[in-house]
Amino acid sequence: MDTHRTIDAIWRIESSRIIAHLTRMVRDIGLAEDLAQDALVAALERWPETGMPENPGGWLMTVAKRKALDMLRRNKLRDRKYELIGREQEPWADSEPDVPEAGEVGDDLLRLIFMTCHPVLSPEARVALTLRLLGGLTTAEIAHAYLTSEATVAQRIVRAKRTLSATRVAFEIPQGPELKPRLSSVLEVIYLMFNEGYAATSGSQWIRPLLCQEALRIGRILAEIAPAEPEVHGLVALMEFQASRFKARVDHRGEPVLLMDQNRGLWDYLLIRRGFAALERVEQLGGMTGPYAIQAAISACHAGASKAEDTDWIRISALYEALAQVSPSPIVELNRAVALSMAFGPEIGLEIVDILQAEPSLKEYHLLPSVRGDLLFKLGRLDEACQEFKRAASLTDNQREKQLLLSRAAECASGGV
Amino acid sequence: MRFMMIVKATEDSEAGVLPSKEQLDAMMRYNMELARAGVLLAADGLHPSSGAIRISYPEPGGKPKVTDGPFTEAKELIAGYTLIEVKSREEAIEWAMRMPDPHGYGSGQIELRQVFEPTELTEDPESQAQQYEMREHIERQKR
Repeated sequence: MDTHRTIDAIWRIESSRIIAHLTRMVRDIGLAEDLAQDALVAALERWPETGMPENPGGWLMTVAKRKALDMLRRNKLRDRKYELIGREQEPWADSEPDVPEAGEVGDDLLRLIFMTCHPVLSPEARVALTLRLLGGLTTAEIAHAYLTSEATVAQRIVRAKRTLSATRVAFEIPQGPELKPRLSSVLEVIYLMFNEGYAATSGSQWIRPLLCQEALRIGRILAEIAPAEPEVHGLVALMEFQASRFKARVDHRGEPVLLMDQNRGLWDYLLIRRGFAALERVEQLGGMTGPYAIQAAISACHAGASKAEDTDWIRISALYEALAQVSPSPIVELNRAVALSMAFGPEIGLEIVDILQAEPSLKEYHLLPSVRGDLLFKLGRLDEACQEFKRAASLTDNQREKQLLLSRAAECASGGV
Repeated sequence: MRFMMIVKATEDSEAGVLPSKEQLDAMMRYNMELARAGVLLAADGLHPSSGAIRISYPEPGGKPKVTDGPFTEAKELIAGYTLIEVKSREEAIEWAMRMPDPHGYGSGQIELRQVFEPTELTEDPESQAQQYEMREHIERQKR
């Protein structure tokens, strides 16, 4: 077996906790990563000769800590960072190989997540840094997944680390009232990562799933180390449900397939089960009112219907109602309109959509006329429907979608056959 | 990609000897580690084959033959499985190497197998429809 590839795999398993632990020691995420990388280099040099150690994680951790300690001593123990550490006991002065207590590592990892998802960074920077430090992905892999150059990603990460260091972002888990907004920023980053991968179209299909998988993995880690937070499980449930449809979302020509038209046999029922299990944990924690939990519950309605016709639109309507209350937005309203029309007929949906016509943020949003066109079509108001489909077509840049909308417009013009 | 770590049955597991507390604890710690790394999808242990039923098709197109356990050849049986989702084959091997000896007594054996993606199995819409029907049944049974 190729030692380098094995070391790569070990690195992916161990790197985040080593970096988390070192960040606690040196209070600088960039420095911590450099030191961890040094340990990796040492492993790459030694292991091919000596063979794999019994406990590679412990080996890497010990070497990394020694390097950190050396560096702190070299710095003549005078700078501010040392003072900070000096006040604590010497947690690193023990014998090797040391694997920290499970709880301790969990806390360090959680701190690391909060740090890499800190609001002082731009959302893109947060995502890149999180993928790098928690997912153990290389700059090249991240660049690949984002279809940008490696240099751009590297720049982004370097700048992010510098910003964290310059603004002296603390390595801590926010407490009390600070926790909620910070946690929601963490969840936002994970979901952003997931959606980046999920929204990808055919051309890059084979690359982008990496982002989804990483987001899901990091979400699952978060659920394990912060098990008492219902929204964490809500987000994980949502991602499990959405990921379960991954294979059914594009047809063999690479064209997107809408949820209602998907071959449900291609859904991943293991992930669906996991989604339901995560949702159950939300319920046990009494958190079904959180926005992620509600979205997950909506997703669950689709997942629970073995045929599209069996979808419980009344329940979905009610859930959108709830979602509109906790996190109102015109998009949620539009979705609610669709759900209501499916449950109670197109007239009711049209009432809401007509109100949304006045919404400035949806002015250029092609799905608004597209939904309105569909409702008008169902009501037999074909001329109006035709206009709406044409308008929707003019608003989208996606060629396939444009074609579909134009063909629907033509269908209306020819009398709706 | 997904891998199944299959724990092979042994004479002990087939005899219904439960793992010692140390082994159980070690396995628990290991599963916890998998979960905290976000790679654990599912893990279960199986009852011995004495309670098992085997369905075979000895004749082409013929009726299935039902045989009650126990079955011989312990090393061909499995005693449990752990399903993980990882980035590479190497990562799967690395995790499998870290699994504690599942039985002790020098008889433990773990087999690592990659799981098919549904689309890898068939591109044929008809077979996919069959899969769909099968899963629908599974789902219905759960409710």
